[in-house]
Amino acid sequence: MATLTYLQAISSALRDELRADERVLVMGEDIGAFGGAFKVTDGFVEEFGTDRVMDTPLAESAIIGTAVGAAVVGMRPVCEMQFSDFISCGFDQLVNVAAKMHYRQGLAVPITVRLPSGGGFSGGPYHSQNPEAWFMHSPGIKVVAPSTAQDAKGLLHAAIHDPNPVCFMEHKHLYRRVKGEVSEGVFETPFTARVARAGSDLVVIAYGAMVHVALEATEDLDGASVEVLDLRSLVPLDVAAILDSVARCSKVVIVDEANATCAAGAQVAALIAEKGFEDLDGPVVRVATPDVPIPFSPPLEQAVLPGVERVKEACRELLEY
Amino acid sequence: MATHTAEPAVSEDSDAAAHLELEDRVWLLRAMLMMRGLEERAMSLYRQGKVPGSFYDGYGQEAVSAGAAFAMAPEDRLCILHRDLAAHIVRGVDPTRILAQYMGRATGITGGRDGNVHFGDRHLGCVGMVSMLPDMMLVAAGMAMAFKLRHEQRCAITWFGDGSTSRGDFHEAMNWAGVQKLPVIFVLENNQYAYSTPLDKQFAVNPVQRADAYGMRGVSVDGNDAEAMFEATREARVRALAGEGPTLIEAVTMRMHGHAAHDDMKYVPKEQVEKWRKRDPIDRQSARLVALGVDVEALGAQIAAEIDAAASAALNAPMPDPGTVLQGVFCEGEPEPLGDGQAPWSGFAKAQVA
Repeated sequence: MATLTYLQAISSALRDELRADERVLVMGEDIGAFGGAFKVTDGFVEEFGTDRVMDTPLAESAIIGTAVGAAVVGMRPVCEMQFSDFISCGFDQLVNVAAKMHYRQGLAVPITVRLPSGGGFSGGPYHSQNPEAWFMHSPGIKVVAPSTAQDAKGLLHAAIHDPNPVCFMEHKHLYRRVKGEVSEGVFETPFTARVARAGSDLVVIAYGAMVHVALEATEDLDGASVEVLDLRSLVPLDVAAILDSVARCSKVVIVDEANATCAAGAQVAALIAEKGFEDLDGPVVRVATPDVPIPFSPPLEQAVLPGVERVKEACRELLEY
Repeated sequence: MATHTAEPAVSEDSDAAAHLELEDRVWLLRAMLMMRGLEERAMSLYRQGKVPGSFYDGYGQEAVSAGAAFAMAPEDRLCILHRDLAAHIVRGVDPTRILAQYMGRATGITGGRDGNVHFGDRHLGCVGMVSMLPDMMLVAAGMAMAFKLRHEQRCAITWFGDGSTSRGDFHEAMNWAGVQKLPVIFVLENNQYAYSTPLDKQFAVNPVQRADAYGMRGVSVDGNDAEAMFEATREARVRALAGEGPTLIEAVTMRMHGHAAHDDMKYVPKEQVEKWRKRDPIDRQSARLVALGVDVEALGAQIAAEIDAAASAALNAPMPDPGTVLQGVFCEGEPEPLGDGQAPWSGFAKAQVA
């Protein structure tokens, strides 16, 4: 085990894959000589060369589309979107070409798309988005969102090994803030949920950066026993783990950093309404970013992103219900 | 200034046939006749209500796909457009499966998962197109990128229309292929109309000149001459394998039918259609072969019999089981690689012997 930041864990997974599997290449804007906007691939060109650590033209559709082409002839491309926001420019290739390929013609598309996402640092409307729900609504794409360094590495290995397109939502705000013990070498974290803290009075369901908000908000909540369920994977969604937590805790708060409408949390709420209703002792409560673009100025941004106080308040109200 | 109607490039018969044996020239006619015959049969099945959805054909454009696909080796990879059925025939797709595909049968290439010409037989090295055009230019570029990274002597080819040149993916693919000098062949099938939109509403330049702007070779070819299409593609492939990068081939042709079965193409001047009818690619190839003593009528009769047999078999094929509809969204287990296709050109067999 080594102590790594969330960002170092992602780098470590990529480096291990490039060493272990000659089919793997990483491609994106400024990832070569510069080492990437966030330095995830710093030093990679020196070890693996410019063919396998490919600086691409500024063309997101082409990054996804050529990765699809390379994948169907046996490569395992890992695409970096410089910011997850820019996937809108490559959306068509992802949802129409990559996602539907296997269903239509039995041809697998093993690509991983790394999507640095999330707000909290004044990135403004175009460097702060959480676009995971776009892909959840496109059958044929898996979506994972790690919250810890260990899971960042394990889920990225699993994503690269997976024979399907996988969107890897890596939260920018966690890059250097989250640190932890990480297993060495190549290992896979399954696309299932993880109980981040066990409890019995209420469960907070979250993923990505919101897991940390949930843990902090409920660490000492007037003595209540609060469970935190880290989804880790949004497609597939771990239905059994969600319903199990609901059955044990009977009260649920779902936290999303994404805009509220049709978000991952909305899907979880619908699932609980359909299949966990009998286990509930109160309404399903959601905390999410309201349906506005993410504003730039710190007081405006903090006013919309779910924070510790909002989660605390939501939990307290539900516990009293 | 773009002209309203692209004029066909003159083809030099003697040069174009320099690498073709008689059997190859017959093969080209065969592929075109099979394409036309299958599409005519499919249109009649459509009118009988046996082909769901809509139906798209490539009447009058058969030479573009027949000629270009004929220059591709088994290990090359193809992304084929909806007016290019002859490319599937050259690669070896069974006509019964093509008609079954149109009718949404379980034995069609996509098993009813996708319709009409949205298919590519992965066992024959083909990746099926999507409706967003020209998305497959990037996929073809990506395949070529992998070939180059792995130092393999292969190339990728894709077809797209004049309307496609207006979309971003055309420019992203042209630029990417030019920057990385990829072994890819882009066939711009200039058939004068994108649905109802004529060329002068599509671009303000001669489209083949765009090749220069992206650092690649561009050639304009008579798209109604299968042998000229073959020769231009053969040359592009030689260059691609020699590391000389991509080629843009503009195949100048004419869409002789509407965009799809419902379209009466009232927006096309009648004289334009009549003018191009005299340049029919099948008539042209037939005339060449008749002059060489080939019994073209017998070939036509043989193909008609094959199509009759294919149609009966396809009509008897089962519809897909609705119980399977949720299967296959994701790949489970190890991906199956693309297979190699048929490559009937005698030049490949000769190269093997040599």
